[in-house]
Amino acid sequence: MSVQTTDYAASEIRSPASFVANRVFIYGALVFWAFICLFPIYWTITTSFKTAVDVTQGHLIPFVDFQPDWKGWRSLGLSPDSILRTSTVRDEFIKRFMNSVITSIGASSLAIIIGSLAAYGLTRYRYQFGWFKNQDISFFFLSQLILPPVVLALPFLVLYREVGMLDTRVGLILLYTLMVLPIVIWIMRDQFNSIPVELEEAALVDGLSIWGAFFRIVMPIALPGMVAAFILAMVLCWNEYFFAALLTSTDAKTIPVMVASQTGSQGINWWSMAALATAAITPLAVIGIALERYLIMGMTAGAVK
Amino acid sequence: MADQTLPTNAWPANAAPSDLISPGRKRLGRALMAIATLGLLAVIAVQILYKTEVDTIGFETWRPVVYAYVLWGVALGVGQVLTRGEDGQRALFLLPALLFTIAMVIFPTLFGFYIALTDWNLSSFSGRKFNGLDNFWQMLADPYYRNALFNMVLYVLAVLVEYVIAFGLALLLNAQIRARKFFRVVFLMPLMLSPVAVSWMIGKSLMEYRFGPAAALARQLGWENPAFFSNPITARISIMVLDAWTFIPFMMIMLLAGLQAMSREVLEAARVDGANAWQTFWQVTFPLMLPVSVTAIILRIIFKLKLADIIITVTSGGPGGATDSVSSFIYREYRDRSNVGYGTMLAMAYLIIIIVFVTWLLKAANRFVRNVN
Repeated sequence: MSVQTTDYAASEIRSPASFVANRVFIYGALVFWAFICLFPIYWTITTSFKTAVDVTQGHLIPFVDFQPDWKGWRSLGLSPDSILRTSTVRDEFIKRFMNSVITSIGASSLAIIIGSLAAYGLTRYRYQFGWFKNQDISFFFLSQLILPPVVLALPFLVLYREVGMLDTRVGLILLYTLMVLPIVIWIMRDQFNSIPVELEEAALVDGLSIWGAFFRIVMPIALPGMVAAFILAMVLCWNEYFFAALLTSTDAKTIPVMVASQTGSQGINWWSMAALATAAITPLAVIGIALERYLIMGMTAGAVK
Repeated sequence: MADQTLPTNAWPANAAPSDLISPGRKRLGRALMAIATLGLLAVIAVQILYKTEVDTIGFETWRPVVYAYVLWGVALGVGQVLTRGEDGQRALFLLPALLFTIAMVIFPTLFGFYIALTDWNLSSFSGRKFNGLDNFWQMLADPYYRNALFNMVLYVLAVLVEYVIAFGLALLLNAQIRARKFFRVVFLMPLMLSPVAVSWMIGKSLMEYRFGPAAALARQLGWENPAFFSNPITARISIMVLDAWTFIPFMMIMLLAGLQAMSREVLEAARVDGANAWQTFWQVTFPLMLPVSVTAIILRIIFKLKLADIIITVTSGGPGGATDSVSSFIYREYRDRSNVGYGTMLAMAYLIIIIVFVTWLLKAANRFVRNVN
């Protein structure tokens, strides 16, 4: 840090002790909060390797306090010794897991496709449907964000039964698309606004059609934003519980519903519950670590001008 | 949440000379749209007649109507391009999202308002009966619903505490520190985890009365009977803590982005003028951060109004409905009592309350930010 003003330098030199105290406070607070964030995760992962005695006695540190055991994972059929044998619990888990994967990827993809198109149209062209102009259409899309799931849940329960889409993945995908569409449009509008119109004008002069210019010129530039929106949408869909709990029963049940149904029963085995929770959070924890940049990009879109 | 204005250099909508499109093509497009519309109406009409048992030709479920709607949407898109050329191609960008949202929101919401006016219990055999405003009067007299609404007020107020913590964390991450990226990833982690898994990890195991570490810690600190979910007040606070744990990172990230976008010169200038850290924060940083803060708080409140998962899985609204949010209350109204008609009335009333509240909030926030700056 270079010394720029005398005042500034004086205050730095005057109190090295306060500087140290400042550092200690900052790092202390950082470590404290990191502990709060990580301890529940640590607890869950270690508990999945505990036996009953270790849980009740509150042992915390593996190999020191207690001897890790595959018990929790064996009950899921995912431990090294049971992975090759048939296991109904594992089959059920994999089925739920695949449901979650398919619904969240399907809904995010659908939302990205129709959301990007709409956002592009809204940032580039002027529309008018009767009384509704661009501003009103944008507001219509974004206002869906405040719609609580509970308002749609019961009508959809009835409608889906009439349409024969209750307990299907397609039904969930459509609802999740609706849920994340406002967020996708919000992010993508911000993205397209930051791309200069001159690029497309040049492309049109070169003989590309409107859609050609969109696919060949604009899309590649907006790709990072699309990735960000996609990942944020996926996180929301993966963790969604309310619709899944009401609208699925056997075929299309997702991971959160499976986790919740296990917590409800009395006398649940802590180790198997912990293993299930660990398995449920791992995919997103990995995504969070690997693609943190995109997540932050998605969350801060439009927040700062 | 200010709406961005259109770029001034947006192309005019009527740039395409319409005389390039031959009358034959126009006629074809119009015919296509007309046929598709008639087809859709015909399918709906046949289905209604079949379901009301006027005629015997029809389908078992309403699914063909969905297919007909999709086909109608496609025909509408093609028709637009045929009749209006480039203008039609432009409309094509917006049409899919618009048709999708209208089908998925407007129709079910209207249907919901109808269900709300019926007496309909899935477990009784009498089926659906129109009963006017009976559900509404029942709602006004329902102490549990009022309690749930009151809880929502408390839960929304808790956002302010979350905001203070999130701002503190954002300041910490914005300070001159090593391993900033590591801390950012770690602080973001809780947001990634599914609320249901968090409910188990923290609500049901860490805070477990007998041998959860949080209970053990509370005993160490002198709380003799650390039952987090048995007393209405501690149960509410526990729910707030659980929810805060998952969502603080969301506000933190937005505030951090705001802090990083702030110009260094302003802070330097304040320091040159002899302001200490405390004064710099209150007189420079905080006012400059107001717009971002307001956006973050409003978005967080909107998410908070949907709070349900944690309550459903941890307390099921207990003890005695003390922790119920509106969503979790309606969820149980349906799940446990199969009371679709009444539950929908509660949901619709909640929707209207939310719309009024959020509209007021946006207006108030706009005025607030404008007055301060």
